[in-house]
Amino acid sequence: MDSRSSEVAVQAPPRSRAPLASTVNDALKIVIVGGFGVGKTTMVRAVSEIRPLSTEETMTGAGIGIDDTGGVREKTTTTVAFDFGRISLNERMVLYLFGAPGQERFWFLWDRLFAGTLGAVVLVDTRRVADSWYAIDRLEHHGMPFIVARNNFGEPEHTLPQLREALSLSDDVPLIDCDARHRASSKSVLIALVNHLYALSTARETSP
Amino acid sequence: MIREAIDGENPDRLYTVTGGRSRADENAFDLVTLIVSESDPAPGMQSEHAAILRMCRTPVAVVELAAELKLPVSVVKILLCDLLDTGRIAARHPSASVVRTPLPHPEILKQVLVGLKKL
Ligand SMILES: Nc1nc2c(ncn2[C@@H]2O[C@H](COP(=O)(O)OP(=O)(O)OP(=O)(O)O)[C@@H](O)[C@H]2O)c(=O)[nH]1
Ligand SMILES: [Mg+2]
Repeated sequence: MDSRSSEVAVQAPPRSRAPLASTVNDALKIVIVGGFGVGKTTMVRAVSEIRPLSTEETMTGAGIGIDDTGGVREKTTTTVAFDFGRISLNERMVLYLFGAPGQERFWFLWDRLFAGTLGAVVLVDTRRVADSWYAIDRLEHHGMPFIVARNNFGEPEHTLPQLREALSLSDDVPLIDCDARHRASSKSVLIALVNHLYALSTARETSP
Repeated sequence: MIREAIDGENPDRLYTVTGGRSRADENAFDLVTLIVSESDPAPGMQSEHAAILRMCRTPVAVVELAAELKLPVSVVKILLCDLLDTGRIAARHPSASVVRTPLPHPEILKQVLVGLKKL
């Protein structure tokens, strides 16, 4: 065993950021999912009150889709890194924004990490639309409401209706343009998502 | 030192931090459960426990603790179980109206909208 173990004094890391108010007692989650380099971290940074932090979750053993019928179960480990920021909404509520890679292994950890998430934003780089198909498919599978935002990487080649068709996106899923580098634009993406959630939620409340 | 060991995913290091336990009660903490210290660090306390108590003088989400301690979320949850069991922290879990499936209560979403518009 490593002798440097726990005797080594761990300094409380510098908290180079605004602490939460002591009255905050309810935290909410929104996930921004999209392919490599699509602007997830940029969007988190644009709206977060702290610089984006990153962490990881590791999952070992069963539940990663390995075959369990052999005599000796293989030990499989999957690690998923993600980053996040936060927005204090009022004196009681704080919203955490997670930037998450949409790759396959990530979805094994979805229930563990993102159960209770309000909703998701799928960020699309139109030069690589196919990256988004998988994320949309998985969100639908998990019954997670979402909107799709097309990031501004130059003059788009297609109209939004053309993109909707390319993504096989149903008409009731909002599809908007954004520029993740700008706070106002990223903010309006979040508002579009929550407006969508609000409409879905009120429709449920009033339906018989 | 600690940083190096953990960044390098030294399994011995993680074993020591957690006392060899491999999992916490998964339902005990959400990624965004807010942790608040109920006491100050005591002399002789495991250093990670003491670090958590210092950081949580104001509420800190589980995921922020993991990021700042540079430990996997699951390891931090194990450490938090120890502290919760001994009454050294309190945990503020997401409320039922927020995590309600498939959708949160409209009133909650309205409050989120108000907060976002002030950004
Ligand atoms: N033109 C343009 N560039 C952007 C936009 N959003 C992000 N970028 C740039 O794209 C690059 C990648 O952005 P990131 O935010 O790191 O993307 P990411 O999705 O977090 O990437 P990974 O975590 O590596 O998968 C950076 O250089 C950003 O400045 C945008 O809306 N428009
Ligand atoms: Mg990133």
